[in-house]
Amino acid sequence: MHEMSIALSIVEAVEERARQEGAGWVSEIELLVGKLAGIEPESLKFCFSAAAAGTLAARALLAIEEPEGVGECGECGMTFPVNFYYAECPACRSLRVKIISGEEFLIQSMTIEEEEE
Amino acid sequence: MCDTCGCSTEGGAVLRKPGQSDYHLHVNEHENAHGEHHSHEHGDHHHEGSGRKVVLEQDVLQKNNLLAERNRGYFEARKIFALNFLSSPGSGKTSLLEKIIPALQQRFPVAVIEGDQQTTNDADRIQALGVPVIQINTGSGCHLDALMVNRAMKELEMQNNSLLCIENVGNLVCPALFDLGEALKVVIISVTEGDDKPLKYPTMFHEADICILNKIDLLPYVEFDAAKCRENAMRVNHHLEWFELSAKTGEGLAALREWLEGKMAQH
Ligand SMILES: Nc1nc2c(ncn2[C@@H]2O[C@H](COP(=O)(O)OP(=O)(O)O)[C@@H](O)[C@H]2O)c(=O)[nH]1
Ligand SMILES: [Mg+2]
Ligand SMILES: [Zn+2]
Ligand SMILES: [Zn+2]
Ligand SMILES: [Zn+2]
Ligand SMILES: [Zn+2]
Repeated sequence: MHEMSIALSIVEAVEERARQEGAGWVSEIELLVGKLAGIEPESLKFCFSAAAAGTLAARALLAIEEPEGVGECGECGMTFPVNFYYAECPACRSLRVKIISGEEFLIQSMTIEEEEE
Repeated sequence: MCDTCGCSTEGGAVLRKPGQSDYHLHVNEHENAHGEHHSHEHGDHHHEGSGRKVVLEQDVLQKNNLLAERNRGYFEARKIFALNFLSSPGSGKTSLLEKIIPALQQRFPVAVIEGDQQTTNDADRIQALGVPVIQINTGSGCHLDALMVNRAMKELEMQNNSLLCIENVGNLVCPALFDLGEALKVVIISVTEGDDKPLKYPTMFHEADICILNKIDLLPYVEFDAAKCRENAMRVNHHLEWFELSAKTGEGLAALREWLEGKMAQH
C-alpha cells in the first residue's frame, strides 16, 4: 500500500516539473532506490502505472537503479557491503556500523518529449 | 463520494473529534493539482528517443519532508514536544497513552493526535482522560503523513509547552518513511509478538529513538526472550533508548515517565 502513495508523489513531482519545462509528455523516469530504503521496486512499478494514468507520465518507463548497501565501521573504519541494518564489521566484529550507501530514494531524472503524441 | 457530507472526495484522510458527530474535515492533497488533461489526435510520426533529459535529483519524499520541517518549526516555536508512536496493531499504543497521560498531565499539558484507518474509538478512549484529542481517519491509507498532522495540529487546541503524542496507524512498514515533524519516534513491541521483530522490520527500528517492550505482565505465559529482543533491537540501532513495561499493571512505567519528564524539562 505505501508504494501507492509513494508512486503518487513521484507522479506529482514529475508532472509538476514537466509542466514547468513545457513537456508534451514524459517518456522515462530514472529512480534511485537503495537496497536499504524499504521500498519494493516491483510493487512500486506496479503501483506506478495506476498512479500515472491520465497524467503526463502515463506512458513513462520507470527505470530503477538499486545501489547496494555499504556500511562503514565506527571502530576500525573499514567499509563493506551490508544487506541489512544489523550489520557487523567483518574485520573487528563491531556493531557500530554507519550506513554510507543504500538508503537513497531519489528521482534522478526524467526524459521529456516536446511534442504531444 | 464521502457518505458523511456528500462531497466528491474519493478516499483521502478525514479529521474527526470525539463526541462531535457533525465535525469532519477532509485533508485534501490535490487541491488544484491535475485537471486540464486533454485528448488530441495522434500524429503518424514517431519521436521516441528525441526526448530531452531533465535532471531532478530530488528526494521522492521531498514534499512530505518539507512539510514535516514546517510542522517541526511550529512545534519548536510553541515549545511543543512531539512524539510519534509506532507499532503493529494491538501492541498497546493507546493503552500506554491511557496509562501514562494521567500522571504526565500533572506536570505539563498533554495533547493527542490519533491515527486509524476507521473509527474514533481510540480518540474516545483518550477524550475520557480530559486532554485535547483529534482523530485522523486515513481510510485506505496505511500511515500518517506530514500533511495530515499539519491539518490536525491546527484543529487541536494545544497549549504552549505541551507534550504531543501522535499515535500512528498500526503498521511497522511505511510509517517509518514518513517524517511527521516529531522530535522522537517511539516504537512499541509486545511480548506476544516475536523477539526477532526488530530483525524483520529493521527500517522501523533503525529510524526509532525509543523502543518500548510492552505487556511484560504476560512474560510468564509466552515464549519470549526479552534480553534477546533487546539485543536484536540494538543490533539494528545501537542508539535506541530501551524500556520494558506493562501498560496493564503499570510495572516499569515510572522509568519511562521520569525519562519523558527529563526530556520535557530539557527541550
Ligand atoms: N496483558 C496486557 N495486555 C495489554 C497491555 N497493553 C495493552 N494490552 C491489550 O492489548 C490490546 C490492544 O491494545 P491497544 O492499546 O488498543 O493497542 P494499539 O492498537 O497499539 O493501540 C488491548 O486488548 C489491551 O487491553 C499490557 O501491558 N498487558
Ligand atoms: Mg490504538
Ligand atoms: Zn504500506
Ligand atoms: Zn571494524
Ligand atoms: Zn465529506
Ligand atoms: Zn502507508
